[in-house]
Amino acid sequence: MERPGAESINLDHARTPRSVGEQAIKVLLAAAAVISVLTTAGIVISLGTQAVEFFGDVGFTDYLFGTEWQPLAGGESQSFGVVPLLWSTLYLTVIAMIVAIPLGLGVAVYLSEYASQRIRKIFKPIIEVLAGIPTVVFGFFALQFFTQEFLQGFLGLDVQIFNGLSAGIVLGFLVLPTIASVSEDAMSAVPASLREGAYGLGASKRMVVTRVIFPAALSGIVAGLVLGASRAIGETVVILIAAGNSPNLSLNLTEAHQTMAAFIANTARADISAGSTAYNTIFVVGATLFVITFALNLIAIRFVRKYRQVYE
Amino acid sequence: MAVAEVEITRKAVERSSGGEDTKGLIFLSALVLTLLVSVVFLTTLLITVASDGVDRLSFDLLTDFPSRFNPETAGIASAFRGTLYLMGLCAVFIIPIGIAAAVYLEEYADSEKRINRIIEVNIQNLASVPSVVYGILGLAIFVRGELFGQSFSLPLNMGTGSPTLLAGALTLGLLVLPVVIIVAREAIRAVPPSIREGSLALGATQWQTVWKQVLPGSLPGIATGVILALSRAIGETAPLLLVGAAAFVRFNPEIDGAFTALPVQVLNFVGEPNQDAFGPLAAATIIVLLVILILMNSVAIFLRNRYEQKW
Repeated sequence: MERPGAESINLDHARTPRSVGEQAIKVLLAAAAVISVLTTAGIVISLGTQAVEFFGDVGFTDYLFGTEWQPLAGGESQSFGVVPLLWSTLYLTVIAMIVAIPLGLGVAVYLSEYASQRIRKIFKPIIEVLAGIPTVVFGFFALQFFTQEFLQGFLGLDVQIFNGLSAGIVLGFLVLPTIASVSEDAMSAVPASLREGAYGLGASKRMVVTRVIFPAALSGIVAGLVLGASRAIGETVVILIAAGNSPNLSLNLTEAHQTMAAFIANTARADISAGSTAYNTIFVVGATLFVITFALNLIAIRFVRKYRQVYE
Repeated sequence: MAVAEVEITRKAVERSSGGEDTKGLIFLSALVLTLLVSVVFLTTLLITVASDGVDRLSFDLLTDFPSRFNPETAGIASAFRGTLYLMGLCAVFIIPIGIAAAVYLEEYADSEKRINRIIEVNIQNLASVPSVVYGILGLAIFVRGELFGQSFSLPLNMGTGSPTLLAGALTLGLLVLPVVIIVAREAIRAVPPSIREGSLALGATQWQTVWKQVLPGSLPGIATGVILALSRAIGETAPLLLVGAAAFVRFNPEIDGAFTALPVQVLNFVGEPNQDAFGPLAAATIIVLLVILILMNSVAIFLRNRYEQKW
């Protein structure tokens, strides 16, 4: 953390703790910061321990490539292939992104490049309100309004009451603010000299936006998309309420689907005995979810770093 | 001032380059359409909730207990209190720890050191771990009291396998701690170095500088961060399901006993088959939750406008 002006007067000698009390305070503050590392360690250890136990009973390849997910069934029909959950998670995320990418980027481009100060002052907070609404409200809306009034009623689609389509689309609106705000920041960070240069060459506004600003902000925009996707993958309650809770390895969006996060929450609600293989599935599916979102986040951080290096 | 100049030149250049062609207008219309769709979605959502729930709003709603069998007289007393208690406990946990961590990272940590870089990246990563995963952490550690397959006991009924309000609050606390740290760090960073240098030059120790100068100067920003974090915490559902928030709780929550919260109550109402009766109840519960969130955010905005320091 280099502060401007810090190099002119060197006060480092004054910052070195002089007494035992000062030293103790520093240790206490550091301990608070270390809690975040312990949280990560706690997550990895808890997920890992139960996952190892789980793989003592179920083969790793049977889990990762198996296409039947029936963990709570008894006897012969019990099966632990995670593919259906993984499939629905990715499939509904794709549906959400199909909604969220054009809307999120459109809103970001408009607010960052076209909107007047006054319009931005009105609409930016509105998008922030969308980001602040609890996810359970989105779930309620997906089931009560979007499925019944809009898809079944207004559009007359033949969808089941619990379906992947409604959950996926509403999920898209849930991640829209993430994409819009990260992309808008990235576009605002593009230096004015680039815009002026393009205008000076006689480019129209649309050309400047699509050929100059957008490419220049691309790494930041990609970071926003990755974060949005990661959020969609990990979202629980919208799916739990609106998509039903049956594993479904199909392209059919009019039927119920179950994602990894929704499975975890749904299983935890039911009373299952601790230590059972079914109980351990919560942890092993959680570990799978954690690994996927963790990887996506590392990618996003890398992209964010890239655009910071260029313009700051 | 440079910004204003740029605005003027940009406008002048845009005008001189002949405005928009047809393609430009189509592009602009598409952009405006995306904004409209987003706003219409939000408006429809709010109107749906309001119109479904308004008839069910009353003070009795906040004082009656929920019932699976009598939705007409059911209330949300336990969930309402549960949410307030969760918020309070969560605040007690995240305020000292979040501020301490932020102060350490901004004022004390040598960012060249490996451990400090690990802490930085780790906080960024934690901010994007799905909330349901925090729930699993809370289930394993605070509810079951297990680490590496070994059981250990914790105070206040935690670690016994039965769900407690405190376990829920701690889980939510860990979930929103990165938010507090990130916002508090920004507020601390906004205090100019000259303030610190002046204080140190007058012979104050580093802690005296932090306590008497940096923290008072960054307090409005930190308070905003805490409120933001708490509003995120009380809107969370998934982690509470994992740590065992119960369905129809007919007693007031205790710190070491069973509990429920508003979002979980909404989920349970929505899951009931008799939606003619439970749907409006769910919507009314959402209204209560949203009103709490609006109040919290108003406080945050007020604090920011009233006390924000201009250096």
